Amino acid sequence: MKKSLLQEFFKGFWEILPPFRLVLGLCPILAVTTLAENGLGMGIATTFVLFFSNILIALLKNVIPKKVRIAAFIIIIATFVVIVELVMKAYFFPISQKLGLFIPLIVVNCIILGRAEAFASKNTVLRSAADGLGVGLGFTMSLVLISSLRELLGAGSVFGIEVMWSGFEPFGFMVQAPGAFVCLGMILALINLVPKKI
Amino acid sequence: MIKEYLKMIIVLTLIAAVCGFLLSAVKTFTFERIEEQILVNVKGPALKNVLSQSTNNPINDRLEIELDGIIHTVFIGKKGDQLYAVAYESEGNGFGGAIGVMLGIDIEKSTISGIGILTHQETPGLGSRISETSFTDKFKGRAVSDNFKVKKDNGSIDAISGATNSSRGVCSAAEKGVALYSKLKVEILKKINKRSDKK
Repeated sequence: MKKSLLQEFFKGFWEILPPFRLVLGLCPILAVTTLAENGLGMGIATTFVLFFSNILIALLKNVIPKKVRIAAFIIIIATFVVIVELVMKAYFFPISQKLGLFIPLIVVNCIILGRAEAFASKNTVLRSAADGLGVGLGFTMSLVLISSLRELLGAGSVFGIEVMWSGFEPFGFMVQAPGAFVCLGMILALINLVPKKI
Repeated sequence: MIKEYLKMIIVLTLIAAVCGFLLSAVKTFTFERIEEQILVNVKGPALKNVLSQSTNNPINDRLEIELDGIIHTVFIGKKGDQLYAVAYESEGNGFGGAIGVMLGIDIEKSTISGIGILTHQETPGLGSRISETSFTDKFKGRAVSDNFKVKKDNGSIDAISGATNSSRGVCSAAEKGVALYSKLKVEILKKINKRSDKK
């Protein structure tokens, strides 16, 4: 049974929610989620790349020969990543400095190549656009969720706004690398308690 | 068979060419804006430190001065209307790569008004301490003719313990910077006088 366009869009928020359902794209999830602001910035950048690379790959799917498809996908994805990098540097300089190396690393984010290979190269442009946007926004949501949690426990604030009571002692460990693994593991376990199809 | 290979080559080449063209267009479009952002966000804070007594905005009052075929961007610090200090960039080799230094020189007294570290790739926690004020303040107030070397190399700068090479990098940047100073000063004064003549 074929899904409707709306279903293609919303599956990114739960059914194949990255990184919890697909367990892909863990590098940014672990690396940049120290502050909610960074998580959001990374999510938006990834969504942009995913949306446009999905559209372009769906458009070109009949032109690209099967044997060189991965190379072609990577060129297309890398182009959009560099565009994002330049635009971020030009208009959102402070956040692009914080994310630093992780913006160019979107090129090798498995979610993007994964959606290109598994979805966009087999589906129509409209469906691929819905899929890219849905998965991208789902990814953004997950990044914001983890980074807010880590910032809340590790620094006592969310998006830079103090929310904890004044005597709160932050767990410094939550904003360091091990905190990311613990957070990811706990949320993954909780989400796996709930069935895929509700 | 050959047709298949030919198709692969043509398609990949075309995709790469279009992408390359697109990127160069975006690059040209954002180039100036990025330069400006770096000026405001990276060099701005360093300049504020180095030209701390200036009442003007050194980023707006910058000059481009050509010396031996190299263009130096010189930031001008004024007290009221009076030029009192200039700042420009210099570079030295540290432990992990090039260290970019903003060097401020007080023109009236011919002393260093301050230095600021712009970029570096030194070891975090060790060499990275070159950007702390406790180290950069060691250069403040020294005459331009001073010997900018670490004590190990018979100079007068106390190196950070455990980060001698990083300290050397900053020192060599300062040395290179002050070596340019006398030549640059002439050119700067020429340009500024020209400007005030026009007014």
